[in-house]
Amino acid sequence: MIRDSMFLQPEQTLFQRFMNLNWGLVFLLCCVMGVGATSLYSAAGGSFSPWADKQLIRFCGGLVIMCAVALVDMRWWYRLAWPLYGVAFVLLILVDIMGHIGMGAQRWINLGFIQIQPSEIMKIAVIMALARHFHGAGPEQVRRLTFLIIPAVLILAPVGLVMLQPDLGTAMLILMGGAAMVFIAGAPLWIFISAIAAGLAAIPIGWQFMHEYQKQRVYVFLNPELDPLGSGYHITQSKIALGSGGVYGKGFMEGTQSKLNFLPEKQTDFIFTLWAEEWGLFGGAFLLGLFALIFMTCLRIAMRCRHNFGRYLAVGLTVNFSLHVFINISMAMGLIPVVGIPLPMVSHGGTAMISTLIGFGLIMCCHVYRHSKVTR
Amino acid sequence: MARRSDDEGFKTFSRRTLLVGGLQIVGLGVLGGRLAYLQIVEGNRYKVLADKNRINLRLISPPRGLIVDRFGVPLAVNVENFQVHMIREQTEDMRTSLQALQKLIPLENQVIDSVIEQAKKIPKFLPVKVKEDLTWEEVARIQVNLPDLPGIFVERGETRNYPYGLETSHLTGYVGAVSEDILKAEGEKEPVLSLPGFKIGKIGIEKQYDGEMRGKAGASEIEVNVVGREVRELKRLEATPGDRITLTIDAELQRYAHELLSKERSASAVVMDAQTGAVYVMASHPGYDPNLFSRGIPSSIWKSLLDDTSLPLSHKALVGQYPPGSTFKMITALAGLESGVTNGHRTVYCPGFYMMGKQRFHCWRPQGHGRVDIIGALQKSCDTYFYTIAAEMGIDRIAEVGRRFGLGSKLGFDLEDERPGIMPDKNWKYGRYSERWHNGETVVNAIGQGYVLTTPLQLAVMTARLVNGGYAVKPWITAKIGEQDKTPAPAEKMNEVREDFLAYILKGMESVVNTAGGTAYGSRIVEAGMEMGGKTGTAQVQRITKEQRAKGVKNEDLPWEQRHHALFVGYAPIHAPRYVCSVVVEHGVGGSRAAAPIAKELLLRAQTRDPSAMAMQTSPVEELKPSPETITPGKKPGREGPA
Repeated sequence: MIRDSMFLQPEQTLFQRFMNLNWGLVFLLCCVMGVGATSLYSAAGGSFSPWADKQLIRFCGGLVIMCAVALVDMRWWYRLAWPLYGVAFVLLILVDIMGHIGMGAQRWINLGFIQIQPSEIMKIAVIMALARHFHGAGPEQVRRLTFLIIPAVLILAPVGLVMLQPDLGTAMLILMGGAAMVFIAGAPLWIFISAIAAGLAAIPIGWQFMHEYQKQRVYVFLNPELDPLGSGYHITQSKIALGSGGVYGKGFMEGTQSKLNFLPEKQTDFIFTLWAEEWGLFGGAFLLGLFALIFMTCLRIAMRCRHNFGRYLAVGLTVNFSLHVFINISMAMGLIPVVGIPLPMVSHGGTAMISTLIGFGLIMCCHVYRHSKVTR
Repeated sequence: MARRSDDEGFKTFSRRTLLVGGLQIVGLGVLGGRLAYLQIVEGNRYKVLADKNRINLRLISPPRGLIVDRFGVPLAVNVENFQVHMIREQTEDMRTSLQALQKLIPLENQVIDSVIEQAKKIPKFLPVKVKEDLTWEEVARIQVNLPDLPGIFVERGETRNYPYGLETSHLTGYVGAVSEDILKAEGEKEPVLSLPGFKIGKIGIEKQYDGEMRGKAGASEIEVNVVGREVRELKRLEATPGDRITLTIDAELQRYAHELLSKERSASAVVMDAQTGAVYVMASHPGYDPNLFSRGIPSSIWKSLLDDTSLPLSHKALVGQYPPGSTFKMITALAGLESGVTNGHRTVYCPGFYMMGKQRFHCWRPQGHGRVDIIGALQKSCDTYFYTIAAEMGIDRIAEVGRRFGLGSKLGFDLEDERPGIMPDKNWKYGRYSERWHNGETVVNAIGQGYVLTTPLQLAVMTARLVNGGYAVKPWITAKIGEQDKTPAPAEKMNEVREDFLAYILKGMESVVNTAGGTAYGSRIVEAGMEMGGKTGTAQVQRITKEQRAKGVKNEDLPWEQRHHALFVGYAPIHAPRYVCSVVVEHGVGGSRAAAPIAKELLLRAQTRDPSAMAMQTSPVEELKPSPETITPGKKPGREGPA
């Protein structure tokens, strides 16, 4: 690439920016949403209420928000990165304190008209903060260990707070997403190798701190027969549903496992199972293909972005999105223990949908502003 | 910013981003592979598991086969009844609902408790039976008040009903709940047995042909959701109804026999076809109401049935073993003729007793019969004559003839409960008591006392073989199982029998009834062409003591349990005999007095109806439809003989 010949793009009008949105990505997202709405319609036994209709409305609202986010000047987001992180951090602490007072797990802040999940904001805030932190750094800096202290704090502080809630799944997502960003920013490989080694070594210690229900999930995951009617039941029934779908599926609205309620949480965590039961291997592969195209489109946006902030932001958000997909589907297939991670755009749920679309908005913003210069 | 380092940073970024992208593709590939593995390789296994999840196989109880008489008159049917059920989830408070129900129909508090108890053990959307056999009025009362009875509803069920009730009780038997042992032994093969409320035959025909009448359970594949609630029916395989059992019985004749017997305290009668062995009547009195059993008999009634000294639960015509008394004399006579110790001309003088050595054997008539030949001896039932010939030929000759005529062993009757009776001889006594036979015992047994025991059915068979010219007929009662004809092959002629000897016996039996001085002359049939022949019998229950004889105590003055049994065997018409009949009146004092009149009426009615002359009918005369009337027990289908 001959970078010398490139010029910085002059300021774009709103209309230009709008035309610059990545419409291919919007189309792919609409396709995934179509799968979600279809599944939710079927999950409700052939009815738009109570899930499919709300999901579609949220998606439409989310699309507007996504475009708005994408059209905001990239530099605004750059400047907002730290404050946003700060707000999310304060909210997390608040939630933890309220949780303590309420003597139980607390993940939500009720603002009266809306409930916000600070950990959900934090997922994006961490990525933005890291993108900003790495934006001005050259490769030599990134390779210096001292430079990585700030990212480490940026990642581990919220991870700790989320684990206190306790929400192990989200904490792992933040940790893994953050680590991915440190990785693409060019941190030395030995850090990751030793971190993984340390992590493996820490498993026995971490085990001590795990909640009983979490340990139970692991036990049962390793041996579902331990509790065929309890936690193992979810895994077993989900595998039965997937497997019985076969190559061609049982047909739209014909999924017996989900129709007859053998499949728990069919509209949220196990929505992929319902889809693959009714549409078979073809349907399942179709959805996986859609996700693959989305990942690739996003990474392509990152690669074509001229400034580090946009690159890191786009990759970080893509990794975060793909982790959701992997964890949710692996869980439905019985590859990992059951954790409450929704399948983005498909699972029924408001906050997840909006935050996912905000994430895509940011990625598209990187696309719209791919030629812009982002100064420190 | 140094462009070189920027460049280098971009390279690192690109490399590592491509690696991330590669990992993502690999990740999706793994998921796709896993999906393909689950859906292709393990697909069929999981399909089975999914079906197991969702499909409940529910058995459909087959309707039990009917029992009908030879003309299709139903003796055992299935009557739809009305039952009241309750579903827990449809009421907020079960007790309130049940108490509201209690105001409408009789319902014990203890039933309410047990219903609540039961309902708590099963899923709350499944019904529990509260009460069955509701009357029409009760159903109406409940239906009108349904809004005040949350969770309660009325449903149709089926119970076994016996239109003739106690009159055919011993034949049909009854049905009852499946016992634990049977369930354990057969439950695997016949899952229908484990259906709640399923009834099986406990005794009589119901038990004998339980397998045939039970039918085959149908099945309904019901899709259920995760808590077992029914969603829809997927497939239905209708139950195969059990076979109908057609009996040779003539229900109306049976009813009439019962009416005649019921004048006595305990009695039984058999009417049989002398030519074919088909049983037309097999009646025992007293009977019981089998309808009580199919609904669960109250223990008080059960206890009173068990305690009754007249044994209402016992099928006396089949299992009652009585000394035949003088009805046995035909056998002794025939044995005498066959062994040559007597013939048509030999006479014996009866002074009222017979002396064997120093031992005196009394004739029933103290003043004696004077000189009698074989026919006169039968007519007047002279004991002395038979003492004499029996002493001359010995017990073994008599026993041999008795066995040939169906005494002393089971006849292979359709009902298993059949008893063998006893036809003693020297070997039998040695086997039983390890003692030698005394000659004195020969004379006692020759007049049907002593060890000899016979059932009313055996007496009828004996009579049939005597009057049909010596054909070894066997009794049978099952005419058809379903459409399968069970009529046995015609009986074979017994080759030892000489018809000229039988003629003497028949002549004697004819004069018992039709010649003045015969012991049953008072019971003769006067209708021309319908006259009967027969033989009375009076069997001692207790030895008559010397004191009683000296005092001239009359048997009828003794307590009921000590009185003689009254017996009669008969046949009609005299020429070409068709119907044979045996009657035993327990403690009826004398055969001529108690048994012969019953036999006369039965044989007269049998000839009037003449069931043997009419073809059997295969289908029931009327199928009982559910109606308030049929629910009320004791109602009989009106029928006045096959027109």
